[in-house]
Amino acid sequence: MYSDQVMDHFMNPRNVGEIENPDGVGEVGNAKCGDIMKVFLKIENDIIVDVKFKTFGCGAAIATSSMSTEMIKGKSVDEALALTNKAVAEALGGLPPVKMHCSVLAEHAIKAAIEDYKKKHNK
Amino acid sequence: MEQRIYLDHAATTYTKPEVLEEMLPYFTRKYGNPSSVHSFGRETRKALDLARERVAKALNADPGEIFFTAGGTESDNWAIKGTALANQKKGNHIITTAIEHHAVFHTCNYLERNGFEVTYLPVDKYGMVDPEQVRNAINDKTVLISVMTANNEIGTIQPIKEIGAIAKEKGIAFHTDAVQAIGSIPIDVKEMNIDLLSLSAHKFYGPKGVGALYIRKGVKLQQFIHGGAQERNRRAGTENLPAIVGLGKAIELATQDIPGHSARLTALRDRLISGILSKVEYTRLNGHPTMRLPGNANFSFEFIEGEALLLTLDIQGIAGSSGSACTSGSLDPSHVLLAIGLPHEIAHGSLRLTLGDQNTEEEIDYVLEVIPKVVQRLREMSPLFNQQKGGQKHV
Repeated sequence: MYSDQVMDHFMNPRNVGEIENPDGVGEVGNAKCGDIMKVFLKIENDIIVDVKFKTFGCGAAIATSSMSTEMIKGKSVDEALALTNKAVAEALGGLPPVKMHCSVLAEHAIKAAIEDYKKKHNK
Repeated sequence: MEQRIYLDHAATTYTKPEVLEEMLPYFTRKYGNPSSVHSFGRETRKALDLARERVAKALNADPGEIFFTAGGTESDNWAIKGTALANQKKGNHIITTAIEHHAVFHTCNYLERNGFEVTYLPVDKYGMVDPEQVRNAINDKTVLISVMTANNEIGTIQPIKEIGAIAKEKGIAFHTDAVQAIGSIPIDVKEMNIDLLSLSAHKFYGPKGVGALYIRKGVKLQQFIHGGAQERNRRAGTENLPAIVGLGKAIELATQDIPGHSARLTALRDRLISGILSKVEYTRLNGHPTMRLPGNANFSFEFIEGEALLLTLDIQGIAGSSGSACTSGSLDPSHVLLAIGLPHEIAHGSLRLTLGDQNTEEEIDYVLEVIPKVVQRLREMSPLFNQQKGGQKHV
């Protein structure tokens, strides 16, 4: 049911972990619903120089966490804000319809982390 | 993948070669319609009668009380709707439990939407129904009590004999979904006071798409599938003869040595359970420690999600199942796990491993090697685990 890209990002997730003293942190979802994603950002001159994540969730949640963090690494904050869940799902070769909400989780977690960064840095 | 280990026998089993062998002539050579008068019909009629006798013998019933269906789901639908409709003058109340299979649960939901009242009895933390609660739920409108023999997810075996005795005393029809129990625990419909019993061949090494409903002589039940006069005018449709022959052979094999089969599986199951509980922290066994199906193990691993666990195990060659929402296509985890009191987040991290007659100790030991690593890997990715590390155990 999952594409090869999803399985690759699930089995070999990129950017798993935490960043010490991050410039922005975002956490969305809740354990009751079965998925939580936490994103850590390191930002220099409005460029995302490093990103890490921790995710509690299904295969699709972990794969979209991995892919979305790959897609914003090295990008500007504005570019990262423009990332859509659709783009993440497409980059993964598509997701089963019942799993599309997992890609929304990743988009929202990144946006929350950037908001946190902006708040901390008065932007 | 070097080896594949099948630990999902509660979902379905393979068909035993000796079962298939008995079925095969009924596809190509013995294809007559059992309702026909000619010799082609007579030879299949004989096979149909033999299958019915074999099922009856396995349950200590009479052959005239066995009716073939398309599987456990049809049997459950027929038993419940058939009893409800046949007793409308008497009452409209049904008693069942919070942990029934969807074939019972959703059938009761359907009747509720159509004017019936249903009591869904709670279970204790092991998934056990209290017979006294059954007694207390009975009112003068109660027409049916339906309690499964053993649970498909957590394996808990219910006090069927006690519940049957209460139903008999009160003169209320008693149905049990025994789909998971056949071949694992001895069933005697007379001794257990069962009026209606559902079973399905593919859970005990028979073919898919065939089951049976035991209907005690004299129990009022409306017809469910209307049409021809098959099954003594009670279940229409030309008999699925190859499958029925397979069901007959499979139930004969499954019930010829229940204690031996059960002892072998219980030893493997307990090796699996004690291994997992000792090797993986923040883990609980779901279901009753001893009153459980010999082949059933069900765990909850905290801080991780079941589907992710299944996918990883599958890559390692291990096939299991989970009560996580992500495997069911709904947003809620299994109603059974919630009914035994698990919080949502713990129910999401469940893993069911169900053993069968070909599993070996070597396979269990391989599983015990793989699971701790897989759980650890997913926990290291989980934001919940970090927060928990060094904290209090809350199971």
